[in-house]
Amino acid sequence: MIKEKEVQQVTEVTVRFAGDSGDGMQLTGSQFSETTAIFGNDLSTLPDYPAEIRAPSGTVYGVSGYQLHFSSADIHTPGDRPDVLVAMNPAAIKKNLAELKPGAIIIANVDSFDKKNLQLAKYETNPLEDNTLKGYEVYQVPITHLTSKALEGTKLSPKDVSRCKNFFALGLMYWLYNRPVEPTMKWIQDKFKNKPEYIDANSKALNAGYNYGENTEIFTIRYHVEPAKLPKGIYRSISGNEATALGFLAASVKSGLPLFLGSYPITPASEILQYLSYYKNFGVKTFQAEDEIAGITSAIGAAYAGNLALTTTSGPGLALKTEAVGLAVMTELPLVIVDVQRGGPSTGLPTKTEQADLLQAVYGRNGESPVAVIAASTPSDCFNMALEAARIAIKFMTPVILLTDGYLGNGSEPWNVPHVKDLPEIPVKFRTEKEGFAPYLRDENLARPWVKPGTPGLEHRVGGLEKANITGNVSYDPDNHDLMIKLREKKVKGIANDIPLLQVDGDQSGELLVLGWGGTYGAIKEAVIKAREAGYKVSQAHLKYLNPFPSNTEKVLKSFKKVLIPEINLGQLAKLIRSEFLVPVEQFNVVRGLPFRVSDLENKIIEMLGGNK
Amino acid sequence: MGDNGLEIKEIKLTAKDFASDQDVRWCPGCGDYSILAQVQRSFPDMIGVPKENIVWISGIGCSSRFPYYMNTYGYHTIHGRAPAIATGVKVSRPDLSVWVAAGDGDLLSIGGNHFIHACRKNVDLKILLFNNRIYGLTKGQYSPTSEKGKKTKTTPYGSVDNPFNPAALALGSDATFVGRALDGDAKHLQAMIKRVAEHKGAAFLEIFQNCVIFNDGAFDKLTDKKTRDDNVLYLEHGKPMIFGTNKNKGIVLNNGKPEVVEIGEGKHRIEDLIVHDEHDESFMIATMLAHMTDNPNMPTPVGVFRQVSRPTIDGEIEAQINQVKKMKGEGELEKVLFNGNTWSVN
Repeated sequence: MIKEKEVQQVTEVTVRFAGDSGDGMQLTGSQFSETTAIFGNDLSTLPDYPAEIRAPSGTVYGVSGYQLHFSSADIHTPGDRPDVLVAMNPAAIKKNLAELKPGAIIIANVDSFDKKNLQLAKYETNPLEDNTLKGYEVYQVPITHLTSKALEGTKLSPKDVSRCKNFFALGLMYWLYNRPVEPTMKWIQDKFKNKPEYIDANSKALNAGYNYGENTEIFTIRYHVEPAKLPKGIYRSISGNEATALGFLAASVKSGLPLFLGSYPITPASEILQYLSYYKNFGVKTFQAEDEIAGITSAIGAAYAGNLALTTTSGPGLALKTEAVGLAVMTELPLVIVDVQRGGPSTGLPTKTEQADLLQAVYGRNGESPVAVIAASTPSDCFNMALEAARIAIKFMTPVILLTDGYLGNGSEPWNVPHVKDLPEIPVKFRTEKEGFAPYLRDENLARPWVKPGTPGLEHRVGGLEKANITGNVSYDPDNHDLMIKLREKKVKGIANDIPLLQVDGDQSGELLVLGWGGTYGAIKEAVIKAREAGYKVSQAHLKYLNPFPSNTEKVLKSFKKVLIPEINLGQLAKLIRSEFLVPVEQFNVVRGLPFRVSDLENKIIEMLGGNK
Repeated sequence: MGDNGLEIKEIKLTAKDFASDQDVRWCPGCGDYSILAQVQRSFPDMIGVPKENIVWISGIGCSSRFPYYMNTYGYHTIHGRAPAIATGVKVSRPDLSVWVAAGDGDLLSIGGNHFIHACRKNVDLKILLFNNRIYGLTKGQYSPTSEKGKKTKTTPYGSVDNPFNPAALALGSDATFVGRALDGDAKHLQAMIKRVAEHKGAAFLEIFQNCVIFNDGAFDKLTDKKTRDDNVLYLEHGKPMIFGTNKNKGIVLNNGKPEVVEIGEGKHRIEDLIVHDEHDESFMIATMLAHMTDNPNMPTPVGVFRQVSRPTIDGEIEAQINQVKKMKGEGELEKVLFNGNTWSVN
């Protein structure tokens, strides 16, 4: 007789799934996220995987992880330290133990703690048997064994049977956190619709895991996290890269311009190219170019030809595209460049996040070469900022660099899906009148006319050589160069009048402002909330427009005695702010390839306030 | 006749209509003048392509100033990237006739990657290579087509660098049209430009072009009245390969190798000569012909080496879009946004 198990209410949980790169941890994590989203919790995720596709199994450097933080309240980060670790092998413990909360739950696949795997993880003795895990709540579950038992009689090979063990682990976690198995069941049925034996095996493994939690004596408590009270609306879970892709799709619809994406695969930006290549029935043309340079130059060709033109990349790719960005500046064409930033320099940390391309985006070109630079602050915000990038590029006939990062791109969160009718229109005007036409005439925004080749009577030439004002002819005239340099700068600076003001969250003036940009929004927000809860007075502002800055930026900065700028770089925004506004700012820089820990930020805030409430 | 019963007269454009208002700034005597003139003379014959649908794209180099002198749409871009920019124009706007003007450094050195991929993808581009075998705009350094041993500013002791054979490279990259012409043979050059204009797919025309300042006389042997007949082989589809002042020489295949033979009594018969087949699917003869210019004992072939038909990437992309539209219906943004697992919060 099984006794009724105790259900404990908790407000938030951070779970990390960890195992070999081939163990399916990303899938397990994303399924848990999807179900949790449907269940109605607020959530934030952090997939964390090695650059190697299948590093030697059992090794520490081959460990792939997926962390998610879910809650019945509003949350903003994937969590500092996990409350629960699902460890599929000894290496997963080795790699993650130091990150866990004291007293955290560890669910370990005891079957993989054999001599070979212990050696590969460089354990001399079994951590499940010695004192390594003292103070943690350890559940040793023979996941491999139980999975094959559940699948007895299947036609699948022993290897394929073993591959189903991640679904067993997932089922167990669904039981432990009181989540329904149905969404994953449905996913399995769709995914393997032509392979009934896989549907059968994976469903059995999932159910077996769930029932194991229900029936075994070792689990006495299960947890319940109530749905969060999110604003009214229809929600879906979305990653930053998918949101970016959908944002540009929406921009294409709202502008009436066909979307052209020229791109070369690069981690962690390739997904945007993958997503957009799906939407051919919107007339989207995706062009997988021979290299990064052809990615942007084909997009420049498409912009010249009258399309909504886009190229997507990460830091090293942006470096290669640099010269071409300058061409788009000189020929004043609307072009969006997305940089999903990753750890640098050089190849750096391809699968990890960083914010160190800001100066490259703002300044990284030859000559005076101003472009608009904007940044998304959360995964779903990538959608809004993609629309903004397209709007600004078209209105001002300028390249726009949209910065996201690996954390935003791969991470996901619930998204209150907007209706198409509520999205802003993007007006486009192609020049067709012959009368009074000149290629470098300017409108009230200093934008030059956009002429589609094929327009009779407007045949003209443009190019990378300096342009004579108005006529656009090649000009070596010194005064003309000086004028054009200043006109291009003035045009981009003028964008400041067309973007929202910088908002301050909290008191509008006071002791301390924490100013951030990009993907650190969630961590800063949570740190600020925690500090306030502890009684400290601190305000937050987050820049989404980095060139030009919103017109009230200086006023905001000067309303506070101290300004703290946390960045996952060595102070690139801090440099820009100091040079632009001559404001002293304090930096906080931790560049670990990972999002900030909220607790580190909170400590810094308290330190800057001298502990004074 | 038009709908209203009135006769519609098509206005025939002239070479002048294709000249822009800009002063041409090449060195006096430069071969580029001839190429510009032959293009301007050939373009009025381009049937069914309105002038406003023509776009010239170039990179960097003397020849890359070409678009400024054409009264069409034009874009003078950055070094080596013309084929990639032109690809973006053509893929996004298949209705345009897209031309690339490029020099040997631009197309084959810094832009080599874009060139071979444009050929491979069979982008419907018309690429004219102005091959003068030297860097002109940077004042006289050797180029990827400079012959080995050449003394230039950067090779004072002679170049030790093996050159590309551009026509062979284009063939090897699967361009569907590969031809060669001489700046000094206006009539033939015009004919070749028209052939390029008619071709659907990646068309590559190598034009030997004299640089009067840094490599003067490089092609004299091929253009000088006294020597040209014995050194140039004009390829014509379906015709035997004959050349020479008295049309007395021809090319035969001997054990798979080309050989120059004399034609006439007691010598070779015309029937022994290779008959040129532009549309031969095999690359063998075309590649052999392209490389003949590397051999001082062989004539230099000009004309069309190969012209075959293959779907273009711009056409295939368009076709796939239509196919997916048929399969899924026109895209509906609202549906896409609300796609997948959604849940409602009230």
